[in-house]
Amino acid sequence: MIEYVWLVPLLPLIGAIINGVFGSRLSKTTVGVIASVMMGVSFVIACSIFVKIISLPADERSFVVSVYNWMTSGSFSVDINFLVDPLSTLMILVVTGVGFLIHIYSTGYMHHDKAFWRFFAYLNLFVFFMLMLVLGGNYLVMFLGWEGVGLCSYLLIGFWYEKKSAGDAGKKAFVVNRVGDFGFILGLFLLFWTLSDMGISSLNYNEVFSHVGSIDPATITIITLLLFVGACGKSAQFPLYVWLPDAMEGPTPVSALIHAATMVTAGVYMVARNNALFSLSPFTGEVVATVGIFTALFAASIGLVQNDIKKVLAYSTVSQLGYMFAAVGVGAYTAGVFHLMTHAFFKGLLFLGSGSVIHAMSGEQDMRKMGGLHKHLKFTSTTFIIGAIAIAGIPPLAGFWSKDEILWEAFSKGHIIIWIVGLITAGMTAFYMFRQVFMTFTGACRADEHTKHHIHESPKSMTVPLIVLAALAITGGVFGMPYISEGGTLLHHFLSPVFTHAGEAAGHAVAAASHASDADAHLMLERILMAVSVCVGVLGIFLASLMYYEPMKKYAPAFWNADVMGKKFAGLYNLLYNKWYVDEIYDAVIVNPIKRVCDRCLSFDLGVIDGIVNGAGWLTRFSAWLSHKFDIYIIDGVVNSFATFVAFDARALKRLQTGQLQNYAMVFVLGLVIIIGGYILGY
Amino acid sequence: MLTLTHYLILSFILFAIGVAGVMLRRNIIIVLMSLELIFNSVNISLAAFSYFLRSLNGTVFVIFNITVAAAEVAIGLAILVTVYRARRTVNVDEIDELRG
Repeated sequence: MIEYVWLVPLLPLIGAIINGVFGSRLSKTTVGVIASVMMGVSFVIACSIFVKIISLPADERSFVVSVYNWMTSGSFSVDINFLVDPLSTLMILVVTGVGFLIHIYSTGYMHHDKAFWRFFAYLNLFVFFMLMLVLGGNYLVMFLGWEGVGLCSYLLIGFWYEKKSAGDAGKKAFVVNRVGDFGFILGLFLLFWTLSDMGISSLNYNEVFSHVGSIDPATITIITLLLFVGACGKSAQFPLYVWLPDAMEGPTPVSALIHAATMVTAGVYMVARNNALFSLSPFTGEVVATVGIFTALFAASIGLVQNDIKKVLAYSTVSQLGYMFAAVGVGAYTAGVFHLMTHAFFKGLLFLGSGSVIHAMSGEQDMRKMGGLHKHLKFTSTTFIIGAIAIAGIPPLAGFWSKDEILWEAFSKGHIIIWIVGLITAGMTAFYMFRQVFMTFTGACRADEHTKHHIHESPKSMTVPLIVLAALAITGGVFGMPYISEGGTLLHHFLSPVFTHAGEAAGHAVAAASHASDADAHLMLERILMAVSVCVGVLGIFLASLMYYEPMKKYAPAFWNADVMGKKFAGLYNLLYNKWYVDEIYDAVIVNPIKRVCDRCLSFDLGVIDGIVNGAGWLTRFSAWLSHKFDIYIIDGVVNSFATFVAFDARALKRLQTGQLQNYAMVFVLGLVIIIGGYILGY
Repeated sequence: MLTLTHYLILSFILFAIGVAGVMLRRNIIIVLMSLELIFNSVNISLAAFSYFLRSLNGTVFVIFNITVAAAEVAIGLAILVTVYRARRTVNVDEIDELRG
């Protein structure tokens, strides 16, 4: 089965081509079926690959499937090849699985859209590029996917391009991603350059990773930092996160698939894939972890006060991505990938749930105008609350296990500050998620009469994916649950061959077991920390309920009220509400200076360059005018005067031609007489 | 006794009458007839020279001349008829197509 892995990305590509080329002529049902079936078959193939992989011994779970020789130049050659190993298998399962559910959801959500076929063509194309990214067996194929998902993200954010804000958001996402990609490309170039100096002219991961050990540590640090810049752009980390909240202008399934579940995790995947490089540079690890945990806290703080249902989820996504980076930064790659997976489930679920709410509210996204929707949207609200519990870190849902593993890894590896900040962020996450739940689903409905009248549960095509994702959000933690298998979690065992470079194979549990005397204390500590993080999550929910849940409000102290707090800490509130003014700072520091430079360049263009061009044009016209006059008066004058002279002579001479035969005869005879006369007279 | 001079004088008189006819008469038929007169004056002088110089060359020329004149008249009259049909006139003064 593994040799057919190329079918996994190929099928969505075929779907994209069919829908892209013929979609406008096909019915909506056909378009939806084509797109979803391609994804479904892709998912089935991915599943069978997964089954095949786990049936093999752990150290034989890596295959390179070469499909096509892309380019060859001397000894340098790049194939389109796919690396099938536990990490990429896990990624394709998540991408095709969540992608399949979101495709089905979209057939319902986008049903009223006139560009239905275009949406599915883009969506399929996105999945194709995403699969190329995670399956690619060398850096060039990964880069192809990396750029491709950026393109599709741009296309889908700006899907409703008639809306100016959507077009602007698309452009912003593209430009900010370019900044990151620039770092990424530089990192790749530096890596190739360094390797080719060592005589290695291959871009395949296997060969690169087996040689990185001999690269100078300083170079490794620069390479990894540059790659991390790329990851910052793609995975929305500070300071390049600004595009993700704006990307919520796109249709909600897009937000769920691209800007929560898959594309934004590409950076995390990339760091995990390159663990051989990153583990060689402790400094980069520190940077990654610091940026990650800072982003987590920073984005969560903004999420606390946002009123747009999707904006809250967007900042939550940025925050959770920060968590993942904190994990991979401290070297806990498994934990990072585990959180990536569970996050795909519960954040996909939350986004789709919010889409269902927006669908019911006739497009309204402001939570202040919602409330009491639980009565009308039973499925949506139940699944949404499951997602919220999962992200808040309440056991035994998926989010708890992955978040807790990250916190534990940070703590056990000695990053106490990251642990503390992570804990605070976890509390904030629980708070803003339940603020959202209470504002949306409980209390009295604050919508206007017209909207209220239209509130309805979404169709089956939308609720079924919600239920499936909710099931995954509940059970997804099993793979990473500690203590159910010897020496580390299931996922840990599964992924360990990929992370051997990082020296993570042994795992902390095994290390602990080898020091049997420490083992009990170790286990105790882990349980205490687990309890602490659960308490923090519950505390966040409790505080949110005091502030926003009607039946609980009466127990709250007087100052614990959204309006009172907003007034009391007006400065802080405004700072958070306006997202720390980061967009404004960027405008002032980067965008506006660039615009001013552009204005200067424009003036220079208009004044000097256009002046020169226009001057040259004017000179040409002037010389043309001169030569025109010369032609008319001098050249034509000479020619005309010749003609006039000839015509004048001709008028005189034509009198001789009388046409009278006898005149000619007379002249003839006279001539004869003169000649003969002259002859006779002896001249 | 007739001498060569007499013949030449006769020839000259006929020639002069012919030239005058060509130059002065307005009727194109008369002009053609005058041309014939000029031919024949020349023929007389040729015949006279041939006789007095005891050479047959002149006689041969005369025969040729008569033949050519016959052909020329045939063509000339044909043109004349055509011109008349086109212009409805035989007056040479009125036939001045080539006037400049």
